[in-house]
Amino acid sequence: MELIAGIKQGDIGEEFEVLSSDEGSAKDIPEWINKVGHELLDSFESDGVWHIIIRKAK
Amino acid sequence: MASDKISVILVSDTRERLQMAAMVASVGAVSGYQVSVFLSMNTLAYFVDDDSPEEVPTEGHFGELLASKNAPPFLELFQQAVELGDARIYPCSMSMDILELKKADMVEYVEEPLGLTRFLDEASGGQLWSF
Repeated sequence: MELIAGIKQGDIGEEFEVLSSDEGSAKDIPEWINKVGHELLDSFESDGVWHIIIRKAK
Repeated sequence: MASDKISVILVSDTRERLQMAAMVASVGAVSGYQVSVFLSMNTLAYFVDDDSPEEVPTEGHFGELLASKNAPPFLELFQQAVELGDARIYPCSMSMDILELKKADMVEYVEEPLGLTRFLDEASGGQLWSF
């Protein structure tokens, strides 16, 4: 929800990176991005932390 | 064709059900669904604006884990459903009467009380969930 609030307040084209220790987020966030029409730039795990990088598209 | 409406009826007072309902409402609302929530019976007391944190009973082990793992509080998720996703949350008019509550007694993000007949009419054709 913090990501969604951030995206809502951000500008189109702005990039956001989410860090999560929860693998569920790494699956759910791309689903949401796809559903609402933003752009998933990258998603990877490093040292037990998931990084999900998004660009606000609309 | 998939429906774009999600309606949630809440009657429970347990943490697991309230948390799941809040997740359905908030994720649905921020994913483009038109979300309506109907608060009735044992659920309604949590939405009274009285500043006193309620003790939330659990149904099982998972409910206790939710409390200990810093899951976002269900009231916060419902508020975000309204603020981020334009969900509408309606207190049940019958339950409000029985508990002798008025709209002014409730948290500010709920709508005017609504009857079940009208809520079911609005839910027609969409997904309907109850907790």
